[in-house]
Amino acid sequence: MEHAKSGPSSWPELADVVPVPQDDGPSPVVPIAYRDDFREVMDYFRALYFTGERSPRALRLTTEAIELNPGNYTVWHFRRLILEALDFDLLEEMKFVGKIAECNPKNYQIWHHKRWLAEKLGPDIANNEHEFTMKILAIDAKNYHAWSHRQWVLQALGGWETELEYCNQLLKEDVFNNSAWNQRYFVITRSPLLGGLTVVRDSEVDYTIEAILANPQNESPWRYLKGLYKGENNLLVDDERISGVCFKVLKNDWTCVFALSFLLDLLCTGLQPSDELKSTLEPIRSSHPETADADPVTVVCCILQKCDPLRVNYWSWFKATLSQVS
Amino acid sequence: MADEAELAADQHVRYIVTVEKVTSAATAPFPPYAPSTPPSAFQRPLLSSAQKKDSFESLVMEHIRLNGAYWGLTTLDLLHKLHAVDAAEVVDWIMSCYHPESGGFGGNVGHDPHVLYTLSAVQVLCLFDRLDVLDVDKVADYVAGLQNKDGSFSGDIWGEVDTRFSYIALCTLSLLHRLHKIDVQKAVDFIVSCKNLDGGFGAMPGGESHAGQIFCCVGALAITGSLQHIDRDLLGWWLCERQCKDGGLNGRPEKLADVCYSWWVLSSLVMIDRVHWIDKEKLTKFILNCQDKENGGISDRPDNAVDIYHTYFGIAGLSLMEYPGVKPLDPAYALPLDVVNRIFLKK
Repeated sequence: MEHAKSGPSSWPELADVVPVPQDDGPSPVVPIAYRDDFREVMDYFRALYFTGERSPRALRLTTEAIELNPGNYTVWHFRRLILEALDFDLLEEMKFVGKIAECNPKNYQIWHHKRWLAEKLGPDIANNEHEFTMKILAIDAKNYHAWSHRQWVLQALGGWETELEYCNQLLKEDVFNNSAWNQRYFVITRSPLLGGLTVVRDSEVDYTIEAILANPQNESPWRYLKGLYKGENNLLVDDERISGVCFKVLKNDWTCVFALSFLLDLLCTGLQPSDELKSTLEPIRSSHPETADADPVTVVCCILQKCDPLRVNYWSWFKATLSQVS
Repeated sequence: MADEAELAADQHVRYIVTVEKVTSAATAPFPPYAPSTPPSAFQRPLLSSAQKKDSFESLVMEHIRLNGAYWGLTTLDLLHKLHAVDAAEVVDWIMSCYHPESGGFGGNVGHDPHVLYTLSAVQVLCLFDRLDVLDVDKVADYVAGLQNKDGSFSGDIWGEVDTRFSYIALCTLSLLHRLHKIDVQKAVDFIVSCKNLDGGFGAMPGGESHAGQIFCCVGALAITGSLQHIDRDLLGWWLCERQCKDGGLNGRPEKLADVCYSWWVLSSLVMIDRVHWIDKEKLTKFILNCQDKENGGISDRPDNAVDIYHTYFGIAGLSLMEYPGVKPLDPAYALPLDVVNRIFLKK
């Protein structure tokens, strides 16, 4: 990030300005040692800030200050006042903040500034913003700020057409990306183009089951699967594909915690006994003779207590509370 | 190693009081050594190399100095060492961050008001039992004025909305006994609209569940007596799933453990009465392994650089697990329990 090689004290346009040092109060609780170049920029910034100057040279100073420390929210605040007063080219400004954001992708002030600009620029900027968040997510696919911004742009300015495909792409790159699964849910429930959750549910179940079978130790698609039937748990139990994926995963590996806990959920929601259930629990029962005569919920809880010892208290609670219900 | 599993409380106190305070002034922050007191507790602070390295770090954090004061001072109180700082000096400095025209506090002297720093200011004044210095209604009006039509809260006049600000606003107003100045029901409605299918909460409706945002939403619901909106078993399970094999807690599925989640996740679990679902012993070991036992301070994960933020959250997590020698902390208000009791039982 390039900034002026010589500090503001050498800028001719600031020759008439008296710099104002940071006032930490008479007995500062936490006084800190300042680095000289930073100190100089901030002293000049304060001078113009306290006089309320809204000018190109003030704008240039905020650029310097931001490049040195983009976390300083007061500088951003002042910059917005200047931008408004000068009726500055907001597209230019969007380019500027984009450069800063690339180097500081987790900075709240920067993302908020982008949103402020995007609100003013309107739907025409939607594509630019989606391309930008895509760039950030390509480096860190879980950047919370980028996802928040992307969701806001979709809802305020549009661009839904390719969003589900984008989720597909991200999940292909990393099927463990919880943010991408969250975005998928966001799209299928809120996109004005897809018809809503019930319309896409069938294809989403197939998609999710495929993801689970490829990587059963992945937390996100199990939760996503449950979420597809939110509020309609009876349908969850009736859909044979759902119990089917549990049985399939457990046949391969009966220690898979996510499959076991999903099966528990199904049992507690009314999954009926079946030959498949019996044969799935068979290897568990035979390796744990103490569960030979226990009901299915108790069997699953017992094995979970062993396979997921970090959460043994949770599984004990589950066993104690719900094994009576099933 | 035998002392691996201990809290280096004295070193942390020294870190907070000295590393954050790089001054050439002669006045010693600690009283002189007296024969009846153990020398380790009252050593004259040394300008360590960590301070010089940290001076640029501190420099770029000058605008959030008020947050740093809250983290540092609350930690001192948790370790029974709040008296190590001069209360009157702190209160003066806090008030120099106050904007009488708006009623809000900035992150440092000369910085614009924002709810983030307003809450920290109120919390620090609570620590010292000095809410009397405030024009309470003015401050409360500043916060209340930031509520939007949909019940959400903006951080400042620029309009950024986030469930963090809902928590901050409700916590501030509750501590000031001024919740009636806002539409509490709408505030609750907005938070509930941020609830996700996994039982967690995001920054905005539809936002991914994240332990930090969950703390804010659960805290807000706790403060407003609205915990019935939470599916405690579902959220409790999501939260205890944050515990990783190394014993630490992460903030979202498939992310690395970080000491600060010892607070965000744990306080949420305490508020919904599910804290027994995590392995406390393993978490305690994880936090203790993140200490710099020589220079003091705690880092995000073992062997990384320490900072005041993680020092606070690590010790806060230990407090919630009732670690000996650490004061109990209120999970909703993030202040020592005795401070919260004083505020709500005195009036």
